[in-house]
Amino acid sequence: MEMSRIMSWTSGYLRFSVPRMALATRTDRKPPPTRTFWGSTVGKKTVMAVSGLIMLGYLVAHVMGNLKVFFGPEEFNAYGHWLRTMGGPVLHYEWALWIVRVVLVAAVVGHAVSAYQLSRRDLKARPTPYAHKRRRASYATRTMRWGGIIVALFIVWHLLDLTTLTVNENAQPGHPYENVVATFSTWYGNVIYIVAMLAVGLHIQHGFFSAAQTLGMGNATRDRALKALAGVLALLLTAGFVSVPVAVMTGVVS
Amino acid sequence: MKLKLRVWRQRNTDAPGAMATYEVDGISQDMSFLEMLDTLNEELILRGEDPVAFDHDCREGICGACSLVINGDAHGPERTTTCQLHMRSFKDGDSIDVEPWRAAAFPVVKDLVVDRSAFDRIIQAGGYITAPTGAAPDAHATPVAKPDADFAFEHAECIGCGACVAACPNGSAMLFTSAKVNHLNVLPQGAPERETRVLDMVATMDAEGFGGCTLAGECATACPKGIPLPSISAMNKEWLRATRKVRR
Repeated sequence: MEMSRIMSWTSGYLRFSVPRMALATRTDRKPPPTRTFWGSTVGKKTVMAVSGLIMLGYLVAHVMGNLKVFFGPEEFNAYGHWLRTMGGPVLHYEWALWIVRVVLVAAVVGHAVSAYQLSRRDLKARPTPYAHKRRRASYATRTMRWGGIIVALFIVWHLLDLTTLTVNENAQPGHPYENVVATFSTWYGNVIYIVAMLAVGLHIQHGFFSAAQTLGMGNATRDRALKALAGVLALLLTAGFVSVPVAVMTGVVS
Repeated sequence: MKLKLRVWRQRNTDAPGAMATYEVDGISQDMSFLEMLDTLNEELILRGEDPVAFDHDCREGICGACSLVINGDAHGPERTTTCQLHMRSFKDGDSIDVEPWRAAAFPVVKDLVVDRSAFDRIIQAGGYITAPTGAAPDAHATPVAKPDADFAFEHAECIGCGACVAACPNGSAMLFTSAKVNHLNVLPQGAPERETRVLDMVATMDAEGFGGCTLAGECATACPKGIPLPSISAMNKEWLRATRKVRR
């Protein structure tokens, strides 16, 4: 390339070498799409946003189911049984539940792997800290990483407590209402649950807004509404979840 | 005014650096922050010491050469460039910490000077348009809707100083890159490279070792030209659109 340019200078005159340089734009280039997507910080953030919104949708359904506890053991236990038979008779017993579980596990794995890789990148991008320390960003923003880890650990405990009933001492299989009351009759059950729900609320407050931005839905006029919606979602979900242990502690649900 | 300065001193990229303390006296509140540093440097030169190296050029807030993290804020406490920051923003007897931009992609060259050529390489990846050469086209040959023109101009205000990277907890260049992408992508003149521009500039940004965006919003607060935070969302939208288009 360099040689041919020199040749054209010496033998031909300017007109041979100049047009070549004007063609430097790469409008025809097509990178492999999966590399572009997963290899990019924006792509990984998109995975985080979509998986986060899937989990948020699940939490909305979850909290509505939880609130049935206030209608008494019959309705709550019937709802718990329906979760296993939903989709029937088209779907076999528990098939719909397993489909939901597979989607959720995929969302959790996608969310966690992206978060881990992005966080490592972010920490490497600022190797020397500032000597003049200043609090940066809001509390919800700063607690996203630790909050996420707390919520992940809580999910493990929550499954052992109320799904497999491994750590729930007074549990009886097939009696979700009684098991919920048993969990929230212990001090540690309440503490773990309420702390985790506060972490979930903070995580959603920043996460919902961020997901909207990542998916390209943010603009100057809409951002105020998105922030407000994130706050309302976080507040309603946290209040809804926390109302159950509070009800058990105060004797409203027993 | 009499001030106590703590300034980052570093001989070169590989040498270890540290904060050094200096006292400066006779500072007028009408001086700019850079003139205050000039005063310090004159004293240092008279004492036979090495003056503090810092970047500066136009000193009227339009070139993007000056930098400095002052008391933890990129370009200091006012929303402007360091050259347009005046000493009236400080009080007599104040203690001021002066540090360089901190980012893996911006290595320190000397003292407060950092190498911002990573930004140049992001621009090279897509900050251009294809236009026929020859006489200038008629002004009304390519109509641009007023909202688009305003949007483009808002982003064209970016002077590439790097305050967004310095302020970001992740050392991310998303605000800078989004300003450059949005500026050209919204205009008909930028349309031929609309997809490759955003894909190439984001890929170069990642390759240069900048962090990712966590929507902390520190960049938009620090930006002396007021590039807004939703610019990042607009670029994400362009990026997602480009990945769909390129796949087809």
